[in-house]
Order: sequence, then C-alpha cells, then structure tokens
Amino acid sequence: MAYIPLVLVVVIVAWFVAAYNKLVRFRNQIKNAWHQIDVQLKRRYDLIPNLVEVVKDYMAYEQETLTKVIEARGAALSAKGPAAQAKAEGLLTETLKSLFAVVEKYPELKANQNVASLQEELTGTENKISFARQFYNDSVMTYNNAIQSIPTNFIASFFSFAQEAYFEIEPESRAVPKASLR
Amino acid sequence: MISGIAPACPKCGGINRPGADVCYLCREPLGDHPGLGNSPPAPPPGGSAFVGGSTPPVEARPPLRPIPMLLFTEAARHNVRMSVLLFVLLFAVFFLLGTAIGGAYGDPGTGLGLSFVLYAILGATAYFSGSSIVLAIHGAREAGGEEHRQLRNVVEEMAIAAGVPPPKVYVIPAAGMNAFAAGRRPEEACVAVTAGLLDRLNREELQGVIAHELAHVKSRDTLYNVCAAVLVGAVALLSDLFLRGTLWGRRGRTEGERGGGGRGAAAFFVLALLLAVLAPLAAKLLQMSISRQREYHADAAAAGFTRNPLGLASALAKITAGGAQVPGENRGTQHLFIVNPLRMFGPESSALMSTHPPTEERIQRLRAMGGVAVGGGAK
Repeated sequence: MAYIPLVLVVVIVAWFVAAYNKLVRFRNQIKNAWHQIDVQLKRRYDLIPNLVEVVKDYMAYEQETLTKVIEARGAALSAKGPAAQAKAEGLLTETLKSLFAVVEKYPELKANQNVASLQEELTGTENKISFARQFYNDSVMTYNNAIQSIPTNFIASFFSFAQEAYFEIEPESRAVPKASLR
Repeated sequence: MISGIAPACPKCGGINRPGADVCYLCREPLGDHPGLGNSPPAPPPGGSAFVGGSTPPVEARPPLRPIPMLLFTEAARHNVRMSVLLFVLLFAVFFLLGTAIGGAYGDPGTGLGLSFVLYAILGATAYFSGSSIVLAIHGAREAGGEEHRQLRNVVEEMAIAAGVPPPKVYVIPAAGMNAFAAGRRPEEACVAVTAGLLDRLNREELQGVIAHELAHVKSRDTLYNVCAAVLVGAVALLSDLFLRGTLWGRRGRTEGERGGGGRGAAAFFVLALLLAVLAPLAAKLLQMSISRQREYHADAAAAGFTRNPLGLASALAKITAGGAQVPGENRGTQHLFIVNPLRMFGPESSALMSTHPPTEERIQRLRAMGGVAVGGGAK
C-alpha cells in the first residue's frame, strides 16, 4: 500500500515529461514550417530572372509586363515586416500570372522548351509556397490547441509557451483577380 | 443530358457526376457541350496552368477541417504495432507449416530448422529491402529528366503539405493507371506512378493521387504493407511448394514408402496439407481486413493535404474508367496500389478478400467532403 503514492508520483512525472516534450516538438515543427516558406520564396526570387532572360527576346512589345515582374520581385525582396511582405508577395504572384497570360499569346514562346519548364518550375514553387503556408497554419493550430486545452495548458503557462500567430494574407492580395490562360 | 453517363468537363477534363450542370472542378457549364459528354478530351495542352488557372477560386470550396497531426502519430504507432504483430503471427504460422511439412517428409526437426532460416532471411529482406524489391517487381525507374519535372514538383509540393521529407520518385513504364508508395520510414520512402497515370491525369488530379500516397507514408502504412507483402508471399510460397511437390512429385513415392514411413508421417502429411491450404488464406484475411480501412483514411488525409477532395475523386474516376493494370501485378503486392490492379470494383464487390474498398464508394465519400451533392436529387 505504501507504494501507491510513489507510483502516482512516477506516473505524473512521466506524463509531465511526455506533455512537455510534445509541446517542444510542436514548437519546433512550427519553426521548421516557417523556414520552409522562406526557402520556397527564395527559390521563386531565383527563378524569375531566368524566366525574364528567356522570354525577353521574344517579347519586344511586352516590356511593360516584364518590367512589372522585375519591380514586384524587387519590392518583395526588400519588403520589411510580415504584413508588408505578404502584400508584396501577393503582388508578385499577380504580375507573374499576367506574364504567363502574355506568354500564351506567343506560339513560338509557348513551344520553347525552356519557357515550358521554367513555367512548370514556377507553378510548382508557387504551389509549394501555398502548401508550406498551409502546413505552417496547421502546425500553429495543433500547437495552439495543445497549449490552450486542459491539462497541457498548465505546463504551457508554467514554462511560458506562447501562442503562435497564423500566417494571414492581406485582404487585397487574397482577392487575386483570376488570370485565365486559355 | 442522359443520366448514367459521367460527363467529362470540356475545359479541364474532370469527370463529373451524372446529371451535373457545372464542372465541379472549374465551374465550367457542362450542358453547353453535350457532344463532348461521352469522350473525355485530353487535358489542356501544356497541362500546367498557373496556380489559379485550372483551380476554382478559393471561395468556391467549402472550408475543410485540417487533419490534426496527432491522428498521424497515432496511426503510425498503430502501424508499427501491427507490423510487429504480423511478424509474430506469421512467425507462428510459418513454423507450424515448416514443422508439418518436415514431418510429412519424415523429419519435423529439419523442417523447423529450415523454416526458421527461411523466415529469418525473408523477414530481414522484407524489413531492409522490401521497397526496392517491390519497385523492381514492377519495373519502376527513378524519375529523372525533363519529362518528369511536373511529377517531381507535385511530389515535393505534397511532401511540404504533408510535412514529410520529399520521397524518391519512380515511374513504372506501363499504360495502366496506378500508383503506390513504399518505405519503412517517411525519411526513406518512395512513390511510384505509372506512365499511363502521368499521361492522363491533370495536375490537380495528380496532386490528389500523390497526396493519398504520402498519407500512407506519413501514417507508416507503407511499413506494414511491404512487410505484409513479403511475409504473406512467403507463407504462400511455402504452401505452394509443398502442394505442388505433393501433387506432382511425391504421390507415387508416398504410396511406395507408406509401409516404412509409419503413422507419424501420415499424420504430419495431413496436417501439412491442411495448413498449406489454410495458412495462406488466413494470412491473406489478416492483410486485407486492415488494408481497406487504411484506404479510406488515406483518402481523407489526401483531401486534407490538398484541401481539394474533388481532385482525387476525379482521378479515381479516371483510373476506374481507364484501367489500373500494372505489369508484374500479383497477389502479393495488390494491396499497395491506390486502386487494386487485379480487378475493377463495382459497388457490389466489397468482398471479404478485397484489398480496397469499392472505388465508387471512395469517390462518393470524397465528393461528399467537397460539398458536391451525392445521389442525384439531394440538395
């Protein structure tokens, strides 16, 4: 009978350790997910000059579209703060869409293997960015659920695990006009 | 439009529910193109519309509940436990079979010893190189080169969405439409798709299929599946060897030796015969019953990763219509694929021994998730 308190203490400590480790794992996952977004954004910055280089010879009369893309890229690169960056990234997505819409007008450009593969790369990167955001938000939700719900919230408040913020897109960049390629 | 024919969208090639007015993928009206209803047109040239190109605006889709990550941790733990259980259960079956066969030939001890060696070899093979064996059986080649860029991109996208490391990508040079995943751990997983699948699915549908496979990877279904494939195959092999040996080779000698062999050998012989018939059946049942539930779970998880259950639904419809045959298909590996390559499923075929739920039922569930009215008149 004397063992009972001892067993209870061991069980409680084991649970405590497990719950603490779970919170740490979730928090690290969020950090990792955030880096994944950065990696993909960087990749998009790197791909754009290549695309512009390939298409510019064909598109003598479309300098304006190209200039807009390059400007939007520059703006996104130099944006400060999450809100400003989200806005700049949204603008870059839009200009890229209009660039691809223009590409559709030039048959020889569409047939170009380099353009086709660059276009696929950028589409893939664009999707990766949005899936990385989605994963980030899912991770934040799981983590926030854990630190708000009983009983893990006691551990969370004791070790000051703070809530994480969701990645939100600015209202104006959310209402992206749909560019039809067909 | 005639009900009963699944109309294909003239714009994106998505297969729609019979009687649908607008395409559930791209909101293109279907009624304006009645002539196109029967033959699905090729996907748009180039295929890769920009993100918003072939997808409906986000507002058009009902919000989906994200899949909680705990579900996967639990599923993964469950799968590791089940793999161990499978090893132990088949271990018992295998030894019984080995001893009985040995006994039938007059020496139970050697039978036990030999089956132990065989089991150790097969178990180690299943664990350490199960996925490369499965890949080799189906002639899968690593997807390099320009023509598979889109596939590699889609796999990377879905790996990000699923939060697993990007798996290796393989292509099976076959016209049938199918896909599978293998690998002990998410870190060393691989995904294989057939060339036919790549040709006929658009980007959105391919995403659905890959997401389904990565859900298997994330919940470690792949560990269990590959182990089951090799071990169930091993039990079947041993039984087959014995039964064939009995039917073609041994019968004559048995008649001659019966006087000297004694009663023990005869009893063992009957036991071995019984086991050789029943063991593969039992092993199979064990494998199948678990496999079907996993397919539903992977479908649901795929919907969570892509936030687009209708892409996978459309892919499954296309696979059902286009045929899922894969070279090297066999009973040992049928449960690995996204759609069973050995048989096509009608709604009535959810038999005890099938590895997959009826495809029709899977499509219905996915469409219900996507907010498409199921069953014609429903609102």
